[in-house]
Amino acid sequence: MDDLLADFLTETQEGLVALDAALVRLERAPDDAPTLSEVFRIVHTIKGTCGFLGLGRLEAVAHAAENVLGRYRDRTLPVTQGGISLILRALDSIRGIVAGLEATGSEPEGDDAPLIAALDAAAAGEVPPAAPKPEAPAPAIPAAAPSAPTAATPSATAPPPAVGAATEAPSGNAAPQTIRVSVEVLEDLMMLVSELVLTRNQLLQLARAEENSAFAVPLQRLSHITSDLQEGVMKTRMQPIGNAWAKLPRLVRDLGVELGKRIELEMRGAETELDRQVLELIRDPLTHMVRNSADHGLETPEERRRAGKPEAGRITLNAYHEGGHIIIEIADDGRGLNIEKIRAKALAQGLATEAELAAMTEREIQRFIFRAGFSTAAAVTAVSGRGVGMDVVKTNMERIGGTIEVRSEEGQGTTFIVKIPLTLAIVSALIVEAGGERFAIPQIGVVELVRVGGEGAPRLERIKDAPVLRLRDRLLPLVNLAGLLRLDTASAEEGGFVVVTQVGAHVFGIIVDRVFDTEEIVVKPVAPILRHVTIFSGNTILGDGSVIMILDPNGIARATGVGGEAMETEAGRGKSQPGALGHADARAALLLFRAGDATPKAVPLGLVARIEDIPREQIESAGGRPLVQYRGRLMPLVPLSGAWDPAAMPARQPVLVFSDGDRAMGLMVDEILDVVEERLVIDPAGERPGMLGSAVIGGKVTEMLDTAWWLRQAGEDWFGGSAGDSPGAGRRVLVVEDSAFFRSLVVPALSAAGYAVTAVADAREALRLRDAGAMFDAIISDIAMPGMDGFALAASLREGGAWRDLPLIALTGRAEPADIERGRDAGFTDYVAKFDRAALLESLRQCLAAPVAALTSGEAR
Amino acid sequence: MSVTMEARASGLALAETAEAVFLTLTVVDQLCGVPVLAVRDVLGPQVITRIPLAPPEVAGSLNLRGRIVTAIDLRRRLGLPPREEGTTAMSVVVERDGELYSLLADQVGEVLPLPRSDRAPNPPTLDPLWREVSDGVHRLGERLLILLDVERVLAIGEP
Repeated sequence: MDDLLADFLTETQEGLVALDAALVRLERAPDDAPTLSEVFRIVHTIKGTCGFLGLGRLEAVAHAAENVLGRYRDRTLPVTQGGISLILRALDSIRGIVAGLEATGSEPEGDDAPLIAALDAAAAGEVPPAAPKPEAPAPAIPAAAPSAPTAATPSATAPPPAVGAATEAPSGNAAPQTIRVSVEVLEDLMMLVSELVLTRNQLLQLARAEENSAFAVPLQRLSHITSDLQEGVMKTRMQPIGNAWAKLPRLVRDLGVELGKRIELEMRGAETELDRQVLELIRDPLTHMVRNSADHGLETPEERRRAGKPEAGRITLNAYHEGGHIIIEIADDGRGLNIEKIRAKALAQGLATEAELAAMTEREIQRFIFRAGFSTAAAVTAVSGRGVGMDVVKTNMERIGGTIEVRSEEGQGTTFIVKIPLTLAIVSALIVEAGGERFAIPQIGVVELVRVGGEGAPRLERIKDAPVLRLRDRLLPLVNLAGLLRLDTASAEEGGFVVVTQVGAHVFGIIVDRVFDTEEIVVKPVAPILRHVTIFSGNTILGDGSVIMILDPNGIARATGVGGEAMETEAGRGKSQPGALGHADARAALLLFRAGDATPKAVPLGLVARIEDIPREQIESAGGRPLVQYRGRLMPLVPLSGAWDPAAMPARQPVLVFSDGDRAMGLMVDEILDVVEERLVIDPAGERPGMLGSAVIGGKVTEMLDTAWWLRQAGEDWFGGSAGDSPGAGRRVLVVEDSAFFRSLVVPALSAAGYAVTAVADAREALRLRDAGAMFDAIISDIAMPGMDGFALAASLREGGAWRDLPLIALTGRAEPADIERGRDAGFTDYVAKFDRAALLESLRQCLAAPVAALTSGEAR
Repeated sequence: MSVTMEARASGLALAETAEAVFLTLTVVDQLCGVPVLAVRDVLGPQVITRIPLAPPEVAGSLNLRGRIVTAIDLRRRLGLPPREEGTTAMSVVVERDGELYSLLADQVGEVLPLPRSDRAPNPPTLDPLWREVSDGVHRLGERLLILLDVERVLAIGEP
C-alpha cells in the first residue's frame, strides 16, 4: 500500500475514534463550542485529505457531513439529536469505506446518495426525514466511547468493535498497518533498553568471574534477548534517510532556475534507515551540501558544453550501510575543487605558509575548504560563497561522532563522503587505561592498536619533546593521554599501547598504558559543570559498575593541535558568555595568533596594517631591541612573548605590522592561526598588561590584545610623533560608546594624542553629563547602541542646550554613503569608521581647528 | 537511606512550624547543615572515578543505582585542606536541574529541626568563599552551624 494512503488511514482511524466521543459529548451539550470546532476540524481534515488522494466517495460523504457541522459551528442551525445521529451515520459510512480501502487499497463500491441527500437536507435546515432510522448506528455510541482515549495510545487506533460492520465493511476489520506512538514513548523505551544493556553487561561481567555458574545458560539467553530487544527498539526509531531528502528535489529545481543551470538530482538508497535523532541532526548539513554542489560544484550549461560534458549537471546522493555506520555520498560531476585557488586563498588568509602548502598533498589542500571563513566562490551569491558553510557542516557532523571527507578531481567533480553512526545512544568503545585511570574511546575513530616498546615492537621516538611513532611508511604524531589529561603518574611510555585514531583525514596516535576489551556503552552527557572539558564526549557506567569518562577523539585533536584544522572555529559556539562586560555591537574580523603561551590571542584585523614573515637574518638588534629594515625605514619590533631571545627565533618570524602615517612597528608573534569573524564579548576577568581581557572565540578562550599598550612598548614617540605640537593639547573630548572593547581602543589612542578624554557607556549618560553642566570641546559617539542610539543622541544634542554647537563625530562600523548621509542629517559633523585611528585623529583635528558648528564642516570619510 | 526516609518524614511534619529541618554534616571540624528536603540520599564511602581537567572542587563521579552522580568535595569547595590519605568521605546526594550531585563530607550527623529564631545572618567578616555558599549561621549549643545553600555550592565556575 502506498505510504501516503497508509498514513491517511491511520490518521482517519484516529480521527474517527475521537469523533465518536466528541459527537456524543456534543449531543449532551450542544452549545459546547470547543467540541463543535474539534468535530468540524476532524471531518474537515478527512475531507481535505481524501480530496487530495482522489477518494471521491469518501470525500462526498465527508463533505456533506462537514456542511452540516459547519452550520452547527456557525450557529445557524441548532444541534439536534437527529442531526447528530445523521452525522454518526455518515461516520459509520466513512468507516466502512475506510475499512474497504484498508482491505483492497481502493474505495469499495456503494451508494451514498440517500445519506448525502439526508445530510444536505439537514444542512438546509430541514428536519431529517428518517428520524427513526438512526437507531441503527446508535449502539455505536456506547461501544465506541470507551475506546476513545488519547490518540497516542495503541488501543486508540485499534479498529472500533464490529459496529462499523453495519455498513459494507468486510468482516475481520483489517488491523491497521501502523500505529502512531509518541516520540517520547520511544525515547523512554530506548533509555530503558540502554539501562538494560548496562545491567546485562554487569551481569555478564559477574558471571565471567565464576566458572560453571548455574546462571551461565539463562544469562546467555538474557543476553541474546537483550540484544534483540535493543535492536528492535532501535528499529522503531529508525527512519529512512529519504525523509531528510524529501525537500531536495524542489530545492535543486529552484536552484537550477535561479542559477541558470540544468541540474539532475539522483537519489539512491533513500530507504537506508538511521536513528531519527541522527536524521534530524544531518538534515540541515545535507541540504547545505547539496546547495553547495549546485552552486559551486556544477558549471553553467555553457561551460559544460565547452568541457564536453552533457549540459545537465548531475548531483547524486547515495546512502548505504557499512558496519555500524551509514555512509552518505554527495557527488556532483561539476568542475571539481580548484587546488590552485584553494592554495592561493589559504596563503592569503595566512592559514599556511608557502612551504607548508608545497609539502601538502592534494587531499590535504582540499581539506582547507572545511576551515572557517574559507570560501573560494569568487562572488557571494544568494546561495553560497559567504565562507560559512563547510566548516559548520563538518562541526555538526563531528558533534554526532561522524566524519566528513572530500574527494575531488578537477574537471570531473567533487564527492563528499559523510560517515555517521547509526545511533547516538549506544556505541561500542575501547576501554583503555592511562595514568591509573580508565577511559573509553569510541570505536568509530579507532583505526588500529599498536603495541610499542616490547620485543620486536615498534619503538616510540621523540623529536625534541614530541613523541612520534614510525608506523609502516608514515610518521604518526602521538598524544600522551596521561600528559594531556594532566594525570600525575608519569606513565611508562616505553611499554604501552598506541591507539591509532582517525579524525577526518588526520591520523594520530594516543599513548595509553593498557588496553582492556571493548564494551557497548551508553553515552550519557556529563554534568553541566563539566561541559567545558571538551576532551570528553560523555560518561557511562561500565559492566563492573564503575563510572568511566568517554574520550572525544575530536576534542583530543583540537586540544593538542594534531588535526590540521585544530584552530577551526565553530560558528555560533560560546558567543555570549555570562558576566561579560564588553559588548561589541558589530561582528568584528579578528586575527587569531599565538604568542608566548598556548592561549590563542586576537587582535581586530582592522588595526593590523600588514602581516609579514621576516627571515631571521634580517632582524637586527640595536641596544638590545630588535629592529628590521622595512620599506626603507627602521621598524622597531616588539616581542609579544616578553623577552627577545635572538637565539630562539624561528627561521622566519611572523610579525604583525601596525602603522601610522610613515611610522610602523611590528609585533613578533609565534604563529598566525586564523582570521575569524565573531561577535566580541570580552570578559575583563583576564585583564593584564597588554591584554584587554579574554573572549571565547571558536569555543576557545582567547586573549584580546591591548593594541595601544603594545604600541607604547615600541617607543615613547609612537603616538607623540611631533610631540611639540601635540594636536590634542588638553582639549576635552567625550566618547560615547557602549562597547568596553572599543572604548578601550579609542580612549588610549585619544589620550595619547593629548586629548583629555571622558568616556561614557551610553547616550543617556552623555545627556546627564550635559545637564550636569560638563563641558567638552568635541563629542565622539558610536551609532549602534542599546537604548538611545547615536542618531537620537545627535538629534537631541542639536535641539538645544550647552552642547548644541559642538563638533560631533560618529564612530561606526559601517561607513556607507547612505549612513553618512543619515548621520549628517541627524547632526553629526563627521563620520569615521571604527578602528581607523588616524582618520579619527585627523577628523578631530579638523573639527577643532575650525570650530564651525555642525552640518557644514569637513568631508565625510 | 534510612536517614533520608526519616528525614523526609520529619521534614514534612515540621514544615509548617517555625523550624526548618537540616541534615548536619562535618567538613574538617566545621559543622554544616543542608536542608533535608534537598537531600536525596546519604551514602557511605563510594568508589569515585576521578575526572581529569575538571574543576578542582569536582572529586569525580560515582554510580548511584545506574545514575551517574558528580561528586563535589566540600573541603575543596570551602577552601579547606584536602582529606588525609586513607580516610573516607560520606556522600550527601542532592539534585540540581535534573542532575545528581554528591557533596562529600567527612561525617554525616543527624537530622535536626532548627528554629528560625536561632539563625543569624553571615557575619560580614566571613571568608568570601564561605559567604558565597552560606545562607546563615545557626547557634547550636556550643557549636556554630553553617547553613549551606546547595544551589550555590554547586554553582562552580559560575559567577
